[in-house]
Amino acid sequence: MMLIPQLLLSLVLQPPPGQSEFVPVNELPVAERLPAAPFLICAYAFVWVAVMFYLWTIWRRLNKVEADLDALARKTPQR
Amino acid sequence: MFVRTAWLVLRKDFAIEVKSLEVLTTTLFFAISCVLIFAFAFVKNGQAPEDAAAGILWIAIAFSGTLALGRTFERERYSETLRALLLAPAPRPALYVGKLLGMLALLAVAELLLVPLIAFLFQAALFSRPLLLAAILAGGTVGFSAVGTLFAAMLVRARSRDVLLPILLYPITIPVIIGGVRGTAALLASPVDEPGAIMWIGILAAFDVVFVTLSLWTFEPLMTE
Amino acid sequence: MKKAFIPLLSVVAVMFVVAPFLIANAPYESTMGLIQKIFYYHVPSWFAMYLAIGVSGVASAIYLFKGTPIADAYANAGAEVAVVFGLCGLITGPLWGRVAWGVWWQWDVRLTTALLLELIFVAYLMVRRYGGPGAEKLAAATALFGTATAPFVYKSVDIWRTVHPQTSVIPTLKPSMGGPFAFSALAFLLLSTLLLTARVHLAKRQMMVDQLYLAHEDQP
Repeated sequence: MMLIPQLLLSLVLQPPPGQSEFVPVNELPVAERLPAAPFLICAYAFVWVAVMFYLWTIWRRLNKVEADLDALARKTPQR
Repeated sequence: MFVRTAWLVLRKDFAIEVKSLEVLTTTLFFAISCVLIFAFAFVKNGQAPEDAAAGILWIAIAFSGTLALGRTFERERYSETLRALLLAPAPRPALYVGKLLGMLALLAVAELLLVPLIAFLFQAALFSRPLLLAAILAGGTVGFSAVGTLFAAMLVRARSRDVLLPILLYPITIPVIIGGVRGTAALLASPVDEPGAIMWIGILAAFDVVFVTLSLWTFEPLMTE
Repeated sequence: MKKAFIPLLSVVAVMFVVAPFLIANAPYESTMGLIQKIFYYHVPSWFAMYLAIGVSGVASAIYLFKGTPIADAYANAGAEVAVVFGLCGLITGPLWGRVAWGVWWQWDVRLTTALLLELIFVAYLMVRRYGGPGAEKLAAATALFGTATAPFVYKSVDIWRTVHPQTSVIPTLKPSMGGPFAFSALAFLLLSTLLLTARVHLAKRQMMVDQLYLAHEDQP
């Protein structure tokens, strides 16, 4: 898996020293460019995971509340 | 009625404070400790970095302000005087303004001490443009105190109030603190950046208007149970 | 609101399946290349957050001044959804920035205030959880201040010169990029609405449970 060492390398890579202004990425020498694909995939994946996780927490809480409602509904008629 | 109520609240707080000077002295001492801690954290080779003075000044104001807010309203909670105030047939926003003015007075005294102290410890030319500095300090302090007074009053009856006040207060007032720091830093720059400072005073004024308006608007429903 | 859930879910699901094809077909941006495609998730995430913040703010104002419990449910839902999408924005942004700018984070005004906005709504959730009885009103006030800060965050990038692109980028997009962007934005806004709907449904069921418990206790 080439992606993992590339990603680790990108975490360690510092911005080039003495860069005092914004240099567009396509003007940087090829060796200094970070591989874009892992970052893009991470970004998209994170959004998906976050939204799914939130929906899952709602679903979990809803199940609990519905269980409570059922328990209460069963209790109330027996008076 | 409004002005009279605010004035009475302010006088009451002042009268109570003058007896023991508890909040004033503890706040001042805490502010000085803050300055020292940050000074030691940033000093290298016997000198603090250049822009540190502006940052340290505002951190000291923010932290000691939070402490003072907590202490002032703790006093209200302890004697249940806040409920008594709310029961009085006085316009609620006037109570808020009275409390706000008290807080401003307290922080003004703290700043009177902090500014010369920081100018002395960091050789910062804070007094080169005293009027602009006063405007920046006023703008930042009003913004911070407006939000702080509202939230501290709100939290009097809440659980975990001591830790919730900073959690609520800092994210909302950090733009004001940033304005204060950048404005003060503009005054400390080598050729004094007057247009920059004036711009920041304008931004602080805008924040103050928004925050005071929002606070006045929400104070009444928040204090009603 | 509940009836809208299934159709809304279907629409959103379809949109998110279609989106990758549209995004892949969009042209590359000239200076940034592939990484710029994070834009199609990054900006819509923040749009979704602003929608949730708007809902939370309006509902908080209604709750503070009218006391309607359902308004409180919307305010809470809005804050939760805002935190979720804000987190998406705060993660996708630095991932893009690391490649495009060379740094994960910059303390420029847009990034700093966006982080603060997220923190304000996290504080909202903490107040609701740890504030004890009556915390809903405190939280509502927090949401109001957060909602007041949001326009400032949005406009900050136009007022100050920052490393972050300006808002003028969006209206001036070429149609080949503008099309996928509008599609993604719509998808995220609908997703935000979907999440809000689901969360409010949960809150309503919870309120029903609470009412039943109280009624139950009142019985001899």
